[in-house]
Amino acid sequence: MSATFLGMPATPPRSPYGTGNLRGDRPFPAAAHDELRNEQLRRNLGRATRTIRAKRLDVTGELPDWEELRDAGSAIKTDTMNRLPELLEELERNVTARGGTVHWARDGVEANEIVARLVRETGSDEVIKVKSMATQETGLNEHLESLGITAHETDLAELIVQLAHDKPSHILVPAIHRNRDEIRQIFLKEIPGVDPSLDNVPAHLAAAARAYLREKFMTTKVAVSGANFGIAETGTLSVVESEGNGRMCLTLPDTLITVMGIEKVLPRYQDLEVFLQLLPRSSTGERMNPYTSMWTGVTPGDGAESFHLVLLDNGRTAALADRVGREALNCIRCSACLNVCPVYERTGGHAYGSTYPGPIGAVLTPQLAGMDAAKDDPNSSLPYASSLCGACFDACPVKIDIPSLLVELRHQHTERSGTTAEKLAMKAAGAVMSRPKVYTAAQKASRLGRALARDGKLPSLPPPLNGWSDSRDTPAPPKQTFRAWLASSEGAAAMREASADHTRDQQQEDGR
Amino acid sequence: MTTARETVLGRIRDALALAPAGDTPVPRAYRTGRVLPDGERLALFTDRLVDYKARVHPCTADRTAEVVAEVLREQGAARIGVPRGLDPAWLTAYDGEVRHDSADIPAPRLDALDGVVTASAVSCAETGTIFLDGSPDQGRRALSLVPDLHVCVVDLSTVVVGVPEAVARLVPERPTTLISGPSATSDIELERVEGVHGPRTLAVVIRTDA
Repeated sequence: MSATFLGMPATPPRSPYGTGNLRGDRPFPAAAHDELRNEQLRRNLGRATRTIRAKRLDVTGELPDWEELRDAGSAIKTDTMNRLPELLEELERNVTARGGTVHWARDGVEANEIVARLVRETGSDEVIKVKSMATQETGLNEHLESLGITAHETDLAELIVQLAHDKPSHILVPAIHRNRDEIRQIFLKEIPGVDPSLDNVPAHLAAAARAYLREKFMTTKVAVSGANFGIAETGTLSVVESEGNGRMCLTLPDTLITVMGIEKVLPRYQDLEVFLQLLPRSSTGERMNPYTSMWTGVTPGDGAESFHLVLLDNGRTAALADRVGREALNCIRCSACLNVCPVYERTGGHAYGSTYPGPIGAVLTPQLAGMDAAKDDPNSSLPYASSLCGACFDACPVKIDIPSLLVELRHQHTERSGTTAEKLAMKAAGAVMSRPKVYTAAQKASRLGRALARDGKLPSLPPPLNGWSDSRDTPAPPKQTFRAWLASSEGAAAMREASADHTRDQQQEDGR
Repeated sequence: MTTARETVLGRIRDALALAPAGDTPVPRAYRTGRVLPDGERLALFTDRLVDYKARVHPCTADRTAEVVAEVLREQGAARIGVPRGLDPAWLTAYDGEVRHDSADIPAPRLDALDGVVTASAVSCAETGTIFLDGSPDQGRRALSLVPDLHVCVVDLSTVVVGVPEAVARLVPERPTTLISGPSATSDIELERVEGVHGPRTLAVVIRTDA
């Protein structure tokens, strides 16, 4: 252990309760219940995830060394987590040496305050933003807005979400839940001076966004970005994107503020040769995304004159303290696991209540923000938002064993809540069974099912249970309830017989 | 008072003490150092560029000026910007207006240009990616971003097979931009639209003997 280490190590804190966007306001099943009724959402999601899945398989299949790249990516990330303190210090040293300023944020609130202070120091009351998961997580836009600073999202999908006062539903394509007609309506209503004859052709909608944002790019003095990678060895930061809005934000304003989770650091520049292959192919299913920017501190005469890097903890160290759970920090935010997940495909991203949806969100969110921060914490339902089919593990470019992490989190949740998974399942039944009248009524109701049964099997259960009975045989309920049977002469005779058996057994035991 | 820096680093050390992990060796069994003959590299690179809807113009080095002028004319570019270090011989056949860029020209003024001509640092054939590194013949990043047409001259000798070969040739400290086709979005119903904020047209002049 290092010389600065004194006393017993303390468990690092989670992201503070009630801050940022790492917790929904109700449990997953309740939120999913409503989302499942949204047919538009299900159609869009189904089409989108099918398309990306096919593209991803094409471009990962054409690389004969895909598995070797995954092995390397996984090992590099694991090695990074093991050496995190020294790598972050190295990154800080190199960014500083090249004219950048490094800030540290214990949590999202502190990160938001740092960014707001830096923006104010420039005298600007607006910023342009590159799509960033970290600032979505911290709720930066809302914080800036509360201080009178306007944040313009410049990624097309993020712009759609922002203009609609909506929330992102997918890591990669945040407006996947909106169709072209809805987007047209949003633009007509929210973009000042937009051509009223704008139609719903995607190219025309994109052109309207281009015209609107171009003016922002040319006039706004401050940009805020996230980072896909930060290279410790050189101090190089990187943003991977498609539209060119990232290049605009990273190049044109005088001041650039980048917010990066501490787990995004990579040891060597050479490691980019692995991740620049893994990320685009897993993410958009392209051999390479249209644009990737890499910058190191400040370059006189090219890009921002002032560069700030904000390193964000916000529960990441809490995840790191979990021997099993820390693997979730290896995530490179490609969203491949979302696109292959049968649960995500049906519910969409909003049901997860967090910036990070889908399988990775179900393991990352509870670790960053906790599962037991309040009574009936909605995050405690996330590890159960999965059928453990394992498709996410197969798709993950850095081989995160998401199913095992889900099981571990379920275990932790039941341990901490002083109960077992069985007990949890029985809790609902218990509410009924503890009240005899309700119990009797429920049993009588279930007997009605018998009238519909053939060959002792029910043809199908009513919704929502038909999903179960469609693929399984459901035994018909018995003719009589147990209570009714017990009260009958047949029941009374059986009980007398059982009692006699018991007495006989006892006598035999005692006689030994 | 403890700074946020000390606190976060302290938490990381605590976390690693609570859940210690051994060394993890990094296996690098993926393909590196690949080489292919000129013809195959050209074919692969061209195929990928066309797939991204970039325009590809292979030519010999002695025809550079002619092909660059042809492309600019075809695209209707009457006024172009170029980085100061661009080889002036490449523009001798172009009869439009040429403006030499410099850092003191405000970026919004670049919007008045119809196009830009630059050289390039490295390219990756397998992914159809061109790397610009801000060298004098490529200019500052804003120059190849704001105008709507980017004509990029690539020497075949700088085209390598895969990503590892390309990354190995980069100078990390230089501001580097990877370009794979024109800007694009699939944000509306996953329908691909070429040209959002970056140049809507990318024309690549590949000099096959340079």
